[in-house]
Amino acid sequence: MLQSGLMHRSWNSLIWAGFGFTLVAAISYVPIFARFPATRDVPWVNLLLFLLGGWLLAAGIKRAYGEPERYSGKIGGAVLGVLALALFGLFCWGNFIFARRLPSASGAPQQGQTAPDFTLPDVTGKPVTLSELRKTNRAILLIFYRGYW
Amino acid sequence: MAISVDSNAESRRLCQDQGYTFPFLSDPKAEVIRRYGVLHAGAGENGRDIAWPAELLVDAAGTIRTVNLTDDIRVRERPEIVLREIDYLQRPAGG
Repeated sequence: MLQSGLMHRSWNSLIWAGFGFTLVAAISYVPIFARFPATRDVPWVNLLLFLLGGWLLAAGIKRAYGEPERYSGKIGGAVLGVLALALFGLFCWGNFIFARRLPSASGAPQQGQTAPDFTLPDVTGKPVTLSELRKTNRAILLIFYRGYW
Repeated sequence: MAISVDSNAESRRLCQDQGYTFPFLSDPKAEVIRRYGVLHAGAGENGRDIAWPAELLVDAAGTIRTVNLTDDIRVRERPEIVLREIDYLQRPAGG
């Protein structure tokens, strides 16, 4: 049942703006900020966006409950607040826990050891041998990577 | 040069997409990756064994000069650091 007072309540834009920032913070890391070492190694831009989003959401929820006669958003604020917290939790888990879940590298060669020789095919299928490459190059950088999916 | 479990065709597509001109080697059974101790068992698609990110600088004598093993799959060696290490290798002894 709508009461006349409800009709004059303002839309609580802070809640939606806050949730918007949180969403951008969560989804922008992989396509944008992970591409640059300065924003990748420590995801400070995304954490700042989360902080801004959280602050706006908190302010919006506070006024929805503090001045319910002026602002809407008691239920919407609570739902979006929980969703924003879940996004933040997922982001932290992915970046600070999952990304560091690596096996021990105790078997990896140490500095000063001889690099084991090997032959592997290049993109055209032509075999490439490390010891052959060493004859014509002063240094060779071996980059092991997870693959291109 | 880059080494992964990707097939030649996958690496060729990567080189074409990104414009890489250095060699990309294919180690689909992860034999060399295992020999270098940088296997991340079961971490790939469908539980496939893949390499974990690592950069090793090998000099002309075959000696490993630097080893960078990341403890975080997001974090890799920065190109400017590798270039500085290569510059250092090319300086005359004692220089």
